Amino acid sequence: MKKQRILVVGNGMVGNKLIDNLIQADHHAVDIMTFSGEPRLAYDRVHLTSYLTGSSAQDLALVDADYYQQHQVHFSLNDKVTQIDPLAQTVTTESGRVESYNKLVLATGSYPFVPPISGNDQEHCHVYRTLEDLDAIERSSQQSGVGVVIGGGLLGLEAANAIQNLGLETHVVEFAPRLMAVQLDQEGGDLLRRKIEAMGVKVHTQKATTEIVAGETLRYRMNFNDGSHLETDMIVFSAGIRPQDELARAAGITVGERGGIEINQYCQTNHANIYAIGECALWQQQIFGLVAPGYQMAKVAAQHILSPEQATSFNGADMSTKLKLLGVDVASIGEVHGKTEGALSYTYKDDITQVYKRLIVSSDKKKIVGAVLVGDAQAYSNLLQIRQNDMPLPDNPSVLILPNLVNDDSAAIGVEALPDKAMICSCFDVSKAAIKQAVISGCVNMSDLKASTNASTGCGGCSALAKQVLDSELAKLGVEVNNHLCEHFAYSRQELSDLIRVQKIKTFEALLTRYGKGHGCEVCKPTVGSILASFWNDYILQQEHLELQDTNDLYLGNMQKDGTYSVVPRIPAGEITPERLIVLGEVARDFNLYSKITGGQRIDLFGAQLNDLPAIWQRLVDAGFETGHAYGKSLRTVKSCVGSAWCRYGVQDSMGCAIDLENRYKGLRSPHKLKFAVSGCTRECAEAQSKDIGVIATDKGWNLFICGNGGMRPRHADLFATDLDTTTLIRYIDRLLMFYIRTADRLQRTSVWLENLDGGIDYLKDVIIDDKLGLGAELEQAMVDSISKYQCEWKTTLESPEKRQRFHHFINSSERDDGVQFIEIRHQKSPAPKGNTLEIDKPVTA
Amino acid sequence: MNNWLTICNITDIAPNTGVCAKVGEKQVAIFFHKRTDALYAISNYDPIGKANVLSRGIIGSIGDQLCVASPLYKQHFDLQTGTCLEDPSVHIDVYKVRQNSGLVQIHQ
Repeated sequence: MKKQRILVVGNGMVGNKLIDNLIQADHHAVDIMTFSGEPRLAYDRVHLTSYLTGSSAQDLALVDADYYQQHQVHFSLNDKVTQIDPLAQTVTTESGRVESYNKLVLATGSYPFVPPISGNDQEHCHVYRTLEDLDAIERSSQQSGVGVVIGGGLLGLEAANAIQNLGLETHVVEFAPRLMAVQLDQEGGDLLRRKIEAMGVKVHTQKATTEIVAGETLRYRMNFNDGSHLETDMIVFSAGIRPQDELARAAGITVGERGGIEINQYCQTNHANIYAIGECALWQQQIFGLVAPGYQMAKVAAQHILSPEQATSFNGADMSTKLKLLGVDVASIGEVHGKTEGALSYTYKDDITQVYKRLIVSSDKKKIVGAVLVGDAQAYSNLLQIRQNDMPLPDNPSVLILPNLVNDDSAAIGVEALPDKAMICSCFDVSKAAIKQAVISGCVNMSDLKASTNASTGCGGCSALAKQVLDSELAKLGVEVNNHLCEHFAYSRQELSDLIRVQKIKTFEALLTRYGKGHGCEVCKPTVGSILASFWNDYILQQEHLELQDTNDLYLGNMQKDGTYSVVPRIPAGEITPERLIVLGEVARDFNLYSKITGGQRIDLFGAQLNDLPAIWQRLVDAGFETGHAYGKSLRTVKSCVGSAWCRYGVQDSMGCAIDLENRYKGLRSPHKLKFAVSGCTRECAEAQSKDIGVIATDKGWNLFICGNGGMRPRHADLFATDLDTTTLIRYIDRLLMFYIRTADRLQRTSVWLENLDGGIDYLKDVIIDDKLGLGAELEQAMVDSISKYQCEWKTTLESPEKRQRFHHFINSSERDDGVQFIEIRHQKSPAPKGNTLEIDKPVTA
Repeated sequence: MNNWLTICNITDIAPNTGVCAKVGEKQVAIFFHKRTDALYAISNYDPIGKANVLSRGIIGSIGDQLCVASPLYKQHFDLQTGTCLEDPSVHIDVYKVRQNSGLVQIHQ
């Protein structure tokens, strides 16, 4: 069969989604080409604001050229389509290129509406849609002290957040009497306003700008229709969007009276082989300015293009939204402006904690009409599911928005009640049925679920609900969701950690007697050993803790395949004097150790036998080295670039910061190993965004990234806080690490911990930054206590003749293990292949 | 005939851990399980990881069986029978061991 040739005009989020849907369905049946007027392929516009706080264009990219090339998708950047000829079935671009099609998809998106005000086209007047717009805003902000956003809607408040982050005095000017006029009612809008003003953003409502003229004290003056004015240096227009429909209009494709390309339920325009999707499309006189409906259209159109007879249809979309604006939780569901006849409402208002919730129900109190939530949006998923799935309301619907004081679940609908078609993740179109299927195929936790369905990896708003569905499906399948550590303790690691901390338990013996059974095993012993060390930080080779130590901790070295150990002294941040470097070389030479430089910017010496470890370490400790804890589930290294000390681009002293961090957290025992990095500028040479804790210098301080990972399952770290001073940086890291130590599972890296944490990164910010649980001071104190008991384990060991005695292969002979044999490879020793007894190496006796 | 070979004092073995003894040309892992006040002796050679390391493993119980987990790849060996729990076709030698007036002795 001949391939269909499909042209996609516009490579934004929705255009890219359509292409992806086509590729995933059957990329052999189609020949795809896409055009973008922008200089790059599709990127994530939903998280646009993060571009100004550290994310790069690459971080935001949704697709790369390789992916398209791999699937034979042709693309053309920076070359707008300027003409469509529906009869000839061709398009022509700005550069004169002509391409023909079988099917044409218009995904041209929208453009920001700039009100026709005189003076709106001056140098420091901007819009907020593309990365180029943000670059321009950032450049402007460097020459401005005050910024105004015109438009107090969703995007306007995002923009206000962005310019406030850029350090400008920020104003929002709104024509309507309240903020987010479409989504909120007056009272909700008022509360949002108070909260935002408390954060330093000034809000002006019911102001229509009539002109922008030269200012007296600042660059511009905005004159309003009520005679007042406001001076500013910079203006960002965010007064709504308009569908980009010029191209279609010129080609004779039907557009709506107020713009938008008219489509039917299959997203076809009045030409059957021309589709329109996303913000440029008009369905039953509605434009959908959110990404989720755009994705639905992409899915419908892709299906219809490939197999029209099996296509589903687009039936409109729910415009409910939940988001965090300037740190305030805001959500809106359904219709909230009293247009539904006979509707009744329940209101919950708390002026102390500043929460406003209004639930609007039908006159018979059987259905949810709409809801507004400001300050606390936890009820969102629950309410949305009830409304979308037409589920019956409780007898007294007010319980749905009342605070859950007694922690009872009567207000929760219970995910079992949700129908299979219930949409759990609307970003990735994951239904309850899809989660069920994933569980049947072997998913047992949130990480698995995210990997197999993408659920909760978009905006993340559904994570709590997705987890509930997951747990309920697991329970239904009889998969015991058992978090017991092992057969000896019927507790999770977190519970054991709480017991040990609160009951002040100091030994495994005491814990086993009180809370366990049997004799322990290689799972619970090291876990408990680690928890004891995290909280009490005793010397780990103390007699009563010895039995708990895993292979590597037991002899303070990493056991290699032949039973020998590696020696890794700490070299904080990779900074080392020539003298110490020479000592390392001499020790390696004298004890004939294989030497290698590690990825963590230090030096690993391999092939030491037990008998030699004390002598090797004595030489190192005498030269001022400390143990590097390469053997421990604890802080490994803080990788660093040289930073402002040497580098032409460095903006902060990354070396100094990295050394301080490494010295602060060295020896801290945790559920798994911890890796840090500090980069001295945004070029990020230390690769901090792949670490558990990543710190990147800005010209104002430090950006903190958390829960990244390299290795087997790479995870890009999340930006947690920006422009921190050093004291705040350390406070956040103290709190975060201690919270991780208390709550993570055994051997759970920070990346997986975060993915499984209910509420995700937002919750973590609440706990660490806003101190929602009131744990901040306690976590900091716990860290200080642990740090105060730091000791170099090797130094302590060497000082005790008794402990040194343990470092012999035989208890009753000073001989070495004759099973250890080496051969020579590239001028160094290497373990002999197993079973090979060739002896090349001559052991050096210390 | 008395062929018990004295290895060390019982106090030389930290509670619930092991040591390696040289018995003739053999390497024997001896474990002192303080919770039951019992000694166990098995070959020190891990036939799966192929190295002389079992004395450095963590000991514990699986059900009623006392075992040691190899420090290399964590297979369990029954301390009484020497059988590998993950692969019952793999056995290692076990030895008689006793406490005698505070001394740890292996039967040769």
